[in-house]
Amino acid sequence: MSLKGSDFISAVGMDRKEIESILALSEKMDSSFTKKEVLSEMEGKFMASLFYEPSTRTQQSFGSAMKRLGGEVIGFSDPKTSSHSKGETLHDTIKALEAQVDLFVIRHPSEGAAKLAAEVTNVPVINAGDGSNQHPSQAMLDLYTIKKEKKKIDGLTVLMIGDLKYGRTVHSLSYALSKFDDVKLQYYSPPQLKMPGFMLNDLRNDCKVEELSSLDVSKADVVYATRIQKERIEDPEEYKRAVYRIDNEVMEKMKKDAMLMHPLPRVDEIAVEADLDSRAKYFEQERNGVPVRMAIISSILK
Amino acid sequence: MKAKDKDMLKVKKIENGIVIDHVPQGSAVKLLTVLGIDEDFKGTVSVLINVPSASTGLKDVIKIEGRSLTKSDLEKVALVAPYATINVIRDYTVIEKYKVKLPEVLEGVIHCPNPNCISNKEGNPKLHIKERNPLKLQCNFCEKVYAEKEFKF
Ligand SMILES: [Zn+2]
Repeated sequence: MSLKGSDFISAVGMDRKEIESILALSEKMDSSFTKKEVLSEMEGKFMASLFYEPSTRTQQSFGSAMKRLGGEVIGFSDPKTSSHSKGETLHDTIKALEAQVDLFVIRHPSEGAAKLAAEVTNVPVINAGDGSNQHPSQAMLDLYTIKKEKKKIDGLTVLMIGDLKYGRTVHSLSYALSKFDDVKLQYYSPPQLKMPGFMLNDLRNDCKVEELSSLDVSKADVVYATRIQKERIEDPEEYKRAVYRIDNEVMEKMKKDAMLMHPLPRVDEIAVEADLDSRAKYFEQERNGVPVRMAIISSILK
Repeated sequence: MKAKDKDMLKVKKIENGIVIDHVPQGSAVKLLTVLGIDEDFKGTVSVLINVPSASTGLKDVIKIEGRSLTKSDLEKVALVAPYATINVIRDYTVIEKYKVKLPEVLEGVIHCPNPNCISNKEGNPKLHIKERNPLKLQCNFCEKVYAEKEFKF
């Protein structure tokens, strides 16, 4: 199975072998990353990092990954200072840069932007988040974190909480998990922010899916919390009802060997007191972003 | 066909244009809208609603004088009336008759209903057939799936 030269756009079409090859390579990259090594395998290669929506964390993670592999990074992190602000289309930006680079990493507020870019150019494109659709590199680092901790992915029950409608990390992670055996996906969200119906239909073809009516964390091997942005729920009273908080009292009900994850930044979904619990793995998860992105870049370009 | 029906069709015969037959009952008006036929259209348009049909009970039929159908028109017809038959008329004679066919990929035919989809900002919309019965389309870009009532012509 090879990802060489291909785009990395969505977890929907990925298969288990592709995912496993990335996870295996991530492990190798991890030991190099732990030693703070700079490799030479991407020497002379350029990555264009185009962030049409600011996300310092994801951009830095991709940037360090490329640099740790010995490559160069160009691009922008603020669309206000780029040609985009003068009205240039994504199509034209890609065309203008394609001769200069070996890889595009694109974050964009519109769904489907990375796919459009991939259709415009022969240079491989990595989707670093397209609107509320997908964020597949996040799914890989989530799986890597789970695998590192639980030593397996098959047979796990994963509970996802929060904004499941617009939560691209939840969408990508769900599809990626569904490629494994005997996985059970549990969902808990305010009624306005449920998982899109067509995704549930797709996922039900591959694994068990359960929508919970209350925040029952007791069955899950992984509890994956996500932020509910205020602007998603107009009515302030409804927003107040929709928000949740995982604190020691909730964690008390979690399995002793469960993991608590979150694609950071968090706001109030997880109380700071939970950080001290050994089951809290979100900082570990964030740290794993670099080696996993090294593995993704390397799989595509090496 | 009964003698009476035959007479009726004779009266409505058009010189040059198209007859769209086997339109699902109740879909004729929608089909005209989708084809952009409105009060500014100059040719004669006859719309027959609730026409008895041997195979489906009742059907609608549309006859349009002085109009031909492009590839994109035909794909729109197939979305609204998947079993429609097109009769091309020249000098009062049917010179061509064929069934519409819905292709696997619809490019530039309908918009993606998701306002935040990149295809509504630049480039051309492209949707794939996800399921045929009932018809569901999936956007090539934002990956969202739509049922018939959501299609945006
Ligand atoms: Zn779309």
